[in-house]
Amino acid sequence: MSEFLQQLLNGLSLGAIYALIALGYTMVYGVLRFINFAHADVFMVGAFIGYYMGKLVPENTIWGGLVVLLVAMIGCALLGMLIERLAYRPLRGAATLNVLITAIGVSLLLQYSGQVFFGATPRTFPAVFPSVNFALGNLVISSNQVVVIVVTALLMVGLQLIVYRTRIGTAMRAVSLNPKAAQLVGINNDIVISFTFGLGSALAAAGGILYALNYPSIDPLMGVMPGLKAFVAAVLGGIGNIPGAALGGLLLGIVETFVNGSQWSTYKDAIAFAILIIILLFRPAGLLGKVSAEKV
Amino acid sequence: MLIRHLSPLVQLAISAGLLAANLTAQETIKIGEFASLTGKEATFGQTVHKGTVLAIEEANAAGGVLGRKLELITEDNQSKPGVSATVVKKLISRDKVVALLGELTSGRTLEAAPIAQAARIPLVSPGATAVEVTARGDYIFRVCFIDEFQGNVMAKFSLETLKVRRVAILSSVSSAQSVGLAKFFRERFTAGGGTIALEQKYGDGDKDFRAQLTAIKAAGVEALFVPGYYTEAALISKQARELGLDMPLLGIDGWESSQLIALGGAAVEGAFFSTHYSAENQSPGVLAFNERFRARWGEDSNALSALAYDAAMVLIDALKRAGTTDGPKLRDALAVTKDFAGATGRITFDARRDPTKSAVVLTVKNGRFTFVQAVQP
Repeated sequence: MSEFLQQLLNGLSLGAIYALIALGYTMVYGVLRFINFAHADVFMVGAFIGYYMGKLVPENTIWGGLVVLLVAMIGCALLGMLIERLAYRPLRGAATLNVLITAIGVSLLLQYSGQVFFGATPRTFPAVFPSVNFALGNLVISSNQVVVIVVTALLMVGLQLIVYRTRIGTAMRAVSLNPKAAQLVGINNDIVISFTFGLGSALAAAGGILYALNYPSIDPLMGVMPGLKAFVAAVLGGIGNIPGAALGGLLLGIVETFVNGSQWSTYKDAIAFAILIIILLFRPAGLLGKVSAEKV
Repeated sequence: MLIRHLSPLVQLAISAGLLAANLTAQETIKIGEFASLTGKEATFGQTVHKGTVLAIEEANAAGGVLGRKLELITEDNQSKPGVSATVVKKLISRDKVVALLGELTSGRTLEAAPIAQAARIPLVSPGATAVEVTARGDYIFRVCFIDEFQGNVMAKFSLETLKVRRVAILSSVSSAQSVGLAKFFRERFTAGGGTIALEQKYGDGDKDFRAQLTAIKAAGVEALFVPGYYTEAALISKQARELGLDMPLLGIDGWESSQLIALGGAAVEGAFFSTHYSAENQSPGVLAFNERFRARWGEDSNALSALAYDAAMVLIDALKRAGTTDGPKLRDALAVTKDFAGATGRITFDARRDPTKSAVVLTVKNGRFTFVQAVQP
C-alpha cells in the first residue's frame, strides 16, 4: 500500500511538470491554432536563467527561490514575445505548415545556440529552495515534490482566472474564436498574441525551474523529452483546453511512473504511449476536448 | 611542356618546393583520437585526452617514432550516439591517420570498430570493457579489463567484504556495458549464494528514477548495484537518499568522474565502485606516472587518464616494433604485445586481443575517491 502511495506521489509530481509545460502548448494552440515546438526550449532557457540567478541569491531560502523563479519567468516571457515578433508574426496568415516548420527551426536554433552559449556539458542546478524530506510512515515526501504540485496548481488556477475573468482573457478568447471579427470590434490582435506567448513562456520557465529542482542536472537538450511528453499530454487532455492539459499531464506522469516501477520498466515509454494511443482511439479530441463539426 | 619554358631558377624553386612538400608529408605520423570532449560524459573525454596527450608528448620529446614526430588529431563525438562513426570516418579518410585511440565507453567504441576494421586501421580502446568489443574484428584492441571480470569483482566484493546477500540492480537499457555488467554481476552473485531481489531498468538521459527506486525500496535489499555512467549514477544516488534508501550503493568504472561528486554531493558519500587504477596505489610504476602527469596537468591522474596513456603507449611501442605505419603490419605488432609495463599494470594481449589485469575498488570519502582494495584476476 505504501509503495502504491509513494508511486502515486512520484507520478503526481512528475505529471505536474508535464502539465505545466502542456499548459503553454495548449494556450498558444488555443489562440493561434499551431503547435509552438520552441516551447520546450524556452523551458530549457528558463532552467539556465535559474542556474545563473541561483548563484546570485543565497541558497536554500524561500525568498531567494522566489526571486529566481520570478526572474526566470520574466526573462522567458520576454524571450517568448521576441520569438513571436521575429519568427511567427511575419508568417501570420501563411499556411499552418510554414509556421510549424518555423517553430521546429526556432526550437533547433535555441537548442544549438544553447550548446554554444551554455556549453554541452550538464550543469548541476543549485538548491535554490530549501529542501526537506517528510516521512509519513513508509511514505517519504520531499518538499520539492510538494512545491512542484502546489506551484502548478496555483499557476493553473491563475491562468484559468486570467483567461475567463479579465479583459485580456476575453480578448484572447475572442481572437481564438475569430481573429478578423476580433479586430473589427477593436481588439489589437498583435498585443493579444504577444501576451499569450509571454504568458505561455513564463509558465515554461516555471516548469524549467521546478524540473531542475527535482532533477538537478541541466543541459541545452534537456527540453526535448519533457517537451515531447507535455505535447502528448496536451493532445491527450484535449488541445486548447486548460484543465485538459493539466489532466493529460498528470495522467501521463502517473502511468509512466507506475510502468517504470514495475518489472516492465524496460518498456516504460512504449507502454505509456500505447495507453495514450488507445485513449485517443476512443476519444479522438482528447479527454476533455470537444469534437467540433466543421461548417462547409 | 610548361616547365621547359621557365627559367632554370624557377625550375629549381619548383622542385625545391615539391621536395619540401614531400618532407612535410613525411614529417609526422598521424594518430587519430575520438573522445567525448563535450556533452553528457564530457569529463570522460577530457580526462582521457590528457592521458593521450601526455603519452604523445613524451614520445616526441624522446625523438619521435621511426625518426618522425607523432601528430595527434582529436575529434569530439559530443557524447552522442552516431557521431563517433562520422568522426572516425573523417579521421581515416581525410586525415589519413595510421591508428585510432578511443573510445572510453563500450557503446561508442562499438560504433567505430567496424569502420576501423574495414579500413584495416588498428584501434586501441582505453576503456571499452564490454566483452563483445574486441570480437568485432582483429584490428580492435583494448588495454582495460573486461566486464566479465569487473562484474565478478563487484559481486565478490559485495559478498565477501560488504557481506550482503540481497541486492537489487538498476541498469541502463541503452548502454552495451550496463546490460553486460548486470548479467555478469547477477551470475556471479547468485552463484556465490546471494539473491538478486529485483532488477530495474532505465534509459540513458533519464532524469527521474523515483519509480524504480520506490520499487527497489519495497523489495527490501541490503545494497543497490548501478552499472551506469556518472550523470545518471549521481541522480540515482540523490533520489535514492531522498526516498530514504540508505543502503550501500555499488558502481562501476563509469562512476569515476569529478562530476559524480559535484552532482551527487552527500548522496554518493560511502558508495563503492570498481575501476582500473588508483593514484593512491603505492606501486612504483603508478607513483612515477602520477608524478609526470601532475607535472604536465597540475592534477592527479585517475583510471581514465592512466588507461588512455597506456593505450597510446602500447600503440607507440607497436609502431616502433613494426618499423612501419602500414595497417596490417602494425596490427600484427600490436597483437604480439607482451609484458608491456603500463601505468595501469602489465599488458599482454591474449588471442582475443584483451589484456588480463587487476582491478581496484574505490569509495567516496569526504568528497574524494579513496582506495579500498586491489582485486587480482
